[in-house]
Amino acid sequence: MAEGTLTTTHRPAKSSFWKAIAAVAWKDLAAELRSRELLSAMLVFSLLVILIFNFALELDITTRRSVTSGVLWTTFAFAGTIGLNRSMAIEKDRGCLDGLLLAPVDRSAIYFGKVISNLAFMLIVEAIVLPVYSVLYNINLFQPGLLLVILLGSIGYTAVGTLLASMAVQTRTRDVLLPILLFPVVVPILIAAVKASGGYLTNARMDEILPWLNLLIAYDVIFTAIAFMVFDYVVEE
Amino acid sequence: MIEVKKLVKRFGLKTVLRGVDFQVQPGEFVALLGPNGAGKTTFLRILASLSRPSLGSVDIAGYSLPKQAAAVRARLGVVSHLPLLYPDLTAEENLTFYARMYGIQNADARITEVLEMVGLEQRRKDLVRTFSRGMQQRLAIGRAVLHDPDVMLFDEPYTGLDQDASSMLDGVLQTVAGQGRTVVMTSHDLARAEDLATRFDILSRGVIAASSTREGLGKNNLLTFYKQALAG
Repeated sequence: MAEGTLTTTHRPAKSSFWKAIAAVAWKDLAAELRSRELLSAMLVFSLLVILIFNFALELDITTRRSVTSGVLWTTFAFAGTIGLNRSMAIEKDRGCLDGLLLAPVDRSAIYFGKVISNLAFMLIVEAIVLPVYSVLYNINLFQPGLLLVILLGSIGYTAVGTLLASMAVQTRTRDVLLPILLFPVVVPILIAAVKASGGYLTNARMDEILPWLNLLIAYDVIFTAIAFMVFDYVVEE
Repeated sequence: MIEVKKLVKRFGLKTVLRGVDFQVQPGEFVALLGPNGAGKTTFLRILASLSRPSLGSVDIAGYSLPKQAAAVRARLGVVSHLPLLYPDLTAEENLTFYARMYGIQNADARITEVLEMVGLEQRRKDLVRTFSRGMQQRLAIGRAVLHDPDVMLFDEPYTGLDQDASSMLDGVLQTVAGQGRTVVMTSHDLARAEDLATRFDILSRGVIAASSTREGLGKNNLLTFYKQALAG
């Protein structure tokens, strides 16, 4: 066994903020690429939901357009909860959350890294669900405006969800607690996302859609800022 | 190197630490012993900046907790009974991840050096999920020394290890301590603590009930000292 020599230097915490964000996101994506346990659970759940809705709602083409946004966001919200819960449980169960918190970086870097990876998982699931939904319901979902709404809604959802998941994971009832904490808080995001998506799908005028888009952007900024400020207190005993 | 004064930690109405005073000189290896529920893990979590003290002061390497927590964490390595490793990453990927989190320069060379130190160089490309508990614990020590910390905290590092793995961990611990680091280790294994540590502190009912250096034990063995401290 060789004697380790002292070849490294202590780096100032501030200088590695962006690298720490990238490291956390890279670590989550690399681990998921191997295990696929999180993505497969989210994907199976999402596909089952849209399949069940397809058989349950035998609708004409006009009604389909009006219910699509609701079905889509219900699917994304519940699948997102599965992903958020699992993503933080992996950290907690093997003590890795402590490993992250021991790093000499601003703890908001850990939060942003987790948000990026959770957002990536959600967008991957959405990218698979959308074409399947288009085929099953015979609706074109690949409209730039609709895709923008899905992106903005997903950002807001994961920004709040990552914060609340790190809070819920400290408890024994985390699987039950996360949806109870999360859904009341993300109601404004989900309503704005459903309304804006519905507007694009029913070819509503832009001045009807714009307020919902603005609301989505405002909530994304507000929730991200709040989470940035309180994350340190949420994860520390 | 470590100076703790009148440390109190409360969880709601329950007081776990009741005014702990604790000093460690540079290069000392202190075994923190005590029965279950004495507050050893809580104490170590406060030193590691994972938990905030309710009252009292904690200074490590000249930096104060919790105000200068990032500076303390840069000089601290922590090993617990959980390995703090990702099973779906290889040994090398785990260390690369932590090297990025600590902003380590020449990370590849340092990772190779650390893997050699813990005897896992041949397994660097293997997933951590394929490692035995003992190998995971050795890699956990590698992770903890990666940024060359001045202070090492070990919280029950022998938990769940068989005899061979424990013996191998002894060697790694001696190597780590032999590099001039300050070490604080909690343990229930008095025999191991007696072999490794240079000082023994007994934590009981939330305070340091007794403290002795190896020389200070005299003719008594550690077990006698431990029993006397708990009885008093």
